[in-house]
Amino acid sequence: MKKVIGALFIMTLVWACSSDSTAEEEVMIPEENEDVSFERSAMLINWADNIIIPSYAAFTADMDGLVNSFNTFKADVNESNLDALRASWLNAYKSWQHVEMFEIGPAETVGFQLNMNIYPTDNEKIDGFVTTGSYDLSLSSNRSAKGFPALDYLLNGLGDNDTDILAFYSGNDQEAYLQYTEDVLLDMQSLTATVVSDWTNGYRDTFVANDGASSTASVDRMVNDYIFYYEKYLRAGKMGIPLGVFSGSTLPRNVEAYYEGTISNDLFLEALTAVQDFFNGKHFNSSEEGESLASYLDALNTLKNGEDLSALLNDQFNTAENMILDLSAFRSEIENNNPPTSMLLAYDEVQKAVPMLKVDMVSAMSISIDFVDADGD
Amino acid sequence: MESLIEKYIKAPVETATLAVFRILFGLMMLFSIVRFWSYGWIDKLYVQPELFFSYYGFEWVKPLGVYTYLIFVICGLAALLVSLGYRYKLSIVIFFLSFTYIELMDKTTYLNHYYFISVLSFLMIFLPANASYSLDAYFNPKKSFHYIPRWTIDSIKLLLGIVYFYAGLAKLNSDWLFNAMPLKIWLPSKFDIPLIGNLLSEEWVQYVFSWSGALYDLTIPFLLLYKKTRPYAFVMVVVFHVLTRVLFPIGMFPYVMIISTLIFFDESFHSKFLTYLSKVLHIDSSKFYNQKTFKELSAFKVKMKYIIVTLFFCLQLAIPFRYLLYPGELFWTEEGYRFSWRVMLMEKSGYAQFKIVDGESGRWFYVDNTDFITPLQEKQMAFQPDFILEYAHFLKNHFEADGHNNVQVYVDCQVSLNGRLSTSYIDPTIDLGKQKESFLHKNWIIPFKDEIKGI
Repeated sequence: MKKVIGALFIMTLVWACSSDSTAEEEVMIPEENEDVSFERSAMLINWADNIIIPSYAAFTADMDGLVNSFNTFKADVNESNLDALRASWLNAYKSWQHVEMFEIGPAETVGFQLNMNIYPTDNEKIDGFVTTGSYDLSLSSNRSAKGFPALDYLLNGLGDNDTDILAFYSGNDQEAYLQYTEDVLLDMQSLTATVVSDWTNGYRDTFVANDGASSTASVDRMVNDYIFYYEKYLRAGKMGIPLGVFSGSTLPRNVEAYYEGTISNDLFLEALTAVQDFFNGKHFNSSEEGESLASYLDALNTLKNGEDLSALLNDQFNTAENMILDLSAFRSEIENNNPPTSMLLAYDEVQKAVPMLKVDMVSAMSISIDFVDADGD
Repeated sequence: MESLIEKYIKAPVETATLAVFRILFGLMMLFSIVRFWSYGWIDKLYVQPELFFSYYGFEWVKPLGVYTYLIFVICGLAALLVSLGYRYKLSIVIFFLSFTYIELMDKTTYLNHYYFISVLSFLMIFLPANASYSLDAYFNPKKSFHYIPRWTIDSIKLLLGIVYFYAGLAKLNSDWLFNAMPLKIWLPSKFDIPLIGNLLSEEWVQYVFSWSGALYDLTIPFLLLYKKTRPYAFVMVVVFHVLTRVLFPIGMFPYVMIISTLIFFDESFHSKFLTYLSKVLHIDSSKFYNQKTFKELSAFKVKMKYIIVTLFFCLQLAIPFRYLLYPGELFWTEEGYRFSWRVMLMEKSGYAQFKIVDGESGRWFYVDNTDFITPLQEKQMAFQPDFILEYAHFLKNHFEADGHNNVQVYVDCQVSLNGRLSTSYIDPTIDLGKQKESFLHKNWIIPFKDEIKGI
């Protein structure tokens, strides 16, 4: 026992000495304070209060606007009201691109993304539901018959021109079509309300308080979800899959907002902007920036003296954005070019950010991707 | 000279030391198996995956579907029997075979400490660990020996010494010593650990951890051997391993090492432990103190044992240096990286996107890795060339069976090592379907752009 105490004493002594000597160093060269003083909780607060919750609030307002436009259309079915309804739909769809990536907490619980934006939509299923009038939109098997893509079909795809489409809403099946559209809208509105109220009533505090470093901590979860969204939904879903890069042949039917046909590139750009803004911690609808993945990388970098990863990522996002800006709507890019070379080149630029996020960023932050519960050595 | 060595090797020491080691080793292994099972890892790692990554030459070792559980049952039972010392020879052979089979099933789960268990259990086949405080010795007085030759205990000390010392040698490189990498990446992310959490982001702490870690590994075998420093050394062992347990997800390894180093303690320590044990369990231990010295019956058997154990240690000393036969940076190519006690040396991760080209139609597409392999497999595959090649072959076969012709497989692979920006890892113009696995250097690995000096 004496020996153990002796050993502990020596170790304490060693520890004390080593801490002394560095204290001295710090006094001698105070400007070389290489401590990473990055506060994860400040980043979480910025995410929650300045980005996520305001984005949800804006989306809620746009959803409400969409429902209002529908009510006007329902009361008086005519071409100008249809155009107004489509404009509100587009407005809300763009707004959606700013919240789609936050599949965490309440959104994850209700499967927000899966319920709001599964495409290609199943137009035959929708036709059947309208005809029979019996359907349960809360079933997961019916996710391909609701959300924004279903509205795309209902507002843009029922007929070849506006007269044909309006005929559905004023003919024999008028009631059925209006009812189904309304049910889709109300389902979206109520899902949104659930997610938003959960965020503001409790989850925000849970999210911010969980500021640790475990695999279940908010930062780790959020980074995983963020990268998952970028890779699966933005890169693959909105571009890669319709381009056919995973199947060998193009699938124009899988373009987002297929029936409208001209806005898929705009929706993509909205989503890419949202992704980049989140990376930079840019407050929603403001040019102000707070603590973010970018500033976290910068803080870690001061210690490592490595490459400026946040700048490299921003450059890559910008390059991708510029390439997309030169494209026309994805549907026509894919349908009119064989192979769709310029879109493939743009896809490559979108793709290049994936390893930077998935390898360099998470490695710098020591966050594990798709956390697997197993031993290491 | 020879007689001196002979004398040393054969010098009788009390069996107690080896008996304690056997009992604790068996129990720890049993616990490890139960723990592994209870976490659902058998199902997740060995039953569910569609593809398993094999070691070169051991492609025939595969999980057996649901019967994989049976292998774990056998392994756990063997561990228990080893601990009890019942039909020890057979039990330890079965343990070695079943444990090694499990480790060979999928190299995704390769860990140095699993390799350590395999190697140690192989060595234990040749040691008379059941000569005391075992059911074998209890029921059969002929098998009970108070003393055993000294080499049997020292061989385990030597193996432990190699593990530590080689782990220390591996740390003598510029990344570890002069950049505090990868600890500089790992430690700051543990900021929420009580007491020391805030210190971990201090640069000097990262250097202290790096240097003291290397120093610890290089010196601890000697400090444990030397009687005067032994108690301090053991405290260091405990502190070091507990610290690694707190900081990193390394499962049972710290406990295995802490318990194993008990073998360095005196016979009296182990005797006291056993006396205490017999009192608690009401075992009549007098049978074990018969003053007999263990002696192999046939001279041939003795000779064979010496030859095998000597060869075994020669291999142990040589294998970690096989990397010298390969060109390029070891950490980058990983040619000769495994089985060398290179523990926690790298923060390495990668991203691999495979492109399948139909050689006849020219049609191409990318592979969604999640269709075929688990996240853990993808993570390991993305920065290790032998995984990448095996996976490419799997993809070629899969898509040719799917109706594609003359399939070519290309990969865009980006790898980051110890905080360096990721760069291309595999030549993207090489059709991996045409490359063969072998022990030769893989010339389609793009050479490392930086330099890491040292061993």
